[in-house]
Amino acid sequence: MTEHTTEQAAAAPKHTALHAEHEKLGASFTDFGGWDMPLKYGSELAEHRAVREAAGIFDLSHMGEVWVSGADAAKFLNTALVGNFAVTAVGKAKYSLIVNADGGIVDDLIVYRIADERFLVVPNAGNAPTVARLLAERAAGFDVEVRDASAETGLIAVQGPNSEAIVRAVVADDAQRAAVADLAYYAWTAVTVDGLDVLLARTGYTGEDGFELYIPAERSPELWQTLIAAGSAHGLVPCGLAARDSLRLEAGMPLYGNELGVDTTPFDANLGGVVSFKKEEDFVGRSALQAAKAAGASSVLVGLKGLGRRAGRGGYPVFTPASELTDEAPREIGVITSGQPSPTLGYPIALARLDARYAEVGTTVEVDLRGKRESFEVVALPFYKRGA
Amino acid sequence: MSQVHAAFRYSEEHEWIDEASPATIGVSQVAADALGDVVYIELPEVGKQLTAGEVCGEIESTKSVSDLYSPVTGEVVEINDAVVADPALVNSDPYGAAWLFRVAVTEEGPLLSADEYAAANDATVA
Repeated sequence: MTEHTTEQAAAAPKHTALHAEHEKLGASFTDFGGWDMPLKYGSELAEHRAVREAAGIFDLSHMGEVWVSGADAAKFLNTALVGNFAVTAVGKAKYSLIVNADGGIVDDLIVYRIADERFLVVPNAGNAPTVARLLAERAAGFDVEVRDASAETGLIAVQGPNSEAIVRAVVADDAQRAAVADLAYYAWTAVTVDGLDVLLARTGYTGEDGFELYIPAERSPELWQTLIAAGSAHGLVPCGLAARDSLRLEAGMPLYGNELGVDTTPFDANLGGVVSFKKEEDFVGRSALQAAKAAGASSVLVGLKGLGRRAGRGGYPVFTPASELTDEAPREIGVITSGQPSPTLGYPIALARLDARYAEVGTTVEVDLRGKRESFEVVALPFYKRGA
Repeated sequence: MSQVHAAFRYSEEHEWIDEASPATIGVSQVAADALGDVVYIELPEVGKQLTAGEVCGEIESTKSVSDLYSPVTGEVVEINDAVVADPALVNSDPYGAAWLFRVAVTEEGPLLSADEYAAANDATVA
């Protein structure tokens, strides 16, 4: 009898063009969305601190880049995504979502308006093929071209209070240095670094000031080396996905797969504000989202602060506290979606999806930490705000 | 690559134990490297009776949490307050300053030699 395996051979993990740079720096790697990415180079806590206090550099080349071009580009994005891009000025960026007909979140995205008739859509690494396919499908009937440039595009982020000084040190001339200084949050500008054309955006996922630099993938090693050389005077350290995750969690930012998924609507994730019902166009998911908005979310995403030292992790159940006044048994009221000890704040933090009745700031709840209940308090998001 | 201390023996759950009496127990660099930066350690109390192979504490890093298993049966006679106060010692000096607790051993659980443990974990003996 022949043994039959249903398991498919795992596809070899993909490498970014910077993989050799990471190996040279002694990175340890982890699989993320089918990509073999740096988890950390040394201590993830030191990398986290560097971004809060000086600067960190991240390889984000695994993320997707989909170009949308044509006379109908804005109109098309208004039907394909939840936001209103007709009002997005050239030079600006907008955080948005792509949902299915049921209003479930397929991915969260950053959309840059490059020109009147040209946008750059940046999905998450693991979702990039799906987003590119859905955009192409939804483009039927529009005068628009959808081109998935994920494979040939590199992306490097420089994040932290010293990031502006580092970026200013590498751009071509005084005019560009002034443009970097003047660049607003969620805006982009074109600069050159050693003759290389760079799309420079003031965006990030760390809660700090910072930049994201889009370049052709094959040129990314030289930009990486230039930034690291210029950053040495400013405390710049290479940072892996471990620090990226702890930084975004402190900043209260959702991660697709943890806080966001096809089973969540924007209203379940405190992202109702990015849905535009005012725009002229009908968009995929509109009627479902209108119904969801009218019904009100039964569960909401909240921040939790651990009152003990032990952290809650993704998947841990949340309960009402045991009451001394009544014999009422504690009730399960939600689940942690992301959690860990906060390196900056020194106490455990978590994002949790909770029954809306227990979501008020100041409410005490209990989290089951591997069999032992510990108290957590609902707190306002973000946990960490720069300059606060 | 993680280092394995030549003078110790090891459990499959990555605890090391020395040859002294009472025996000193810690976690290997293999475990420390896999955990990442350790931020919290819960140790058994002095006087507690441990059973080889059973959970006796917890090590939490920024990214994960792991149970601590006792490699031996016996009574805890001393714990390292310094490592509880500064859990990062587990990353910086797993075979020295980051010892965890000492046990008056009555029975050993299954233990590997340094060579066996290193071979099983793609580590080098130093």
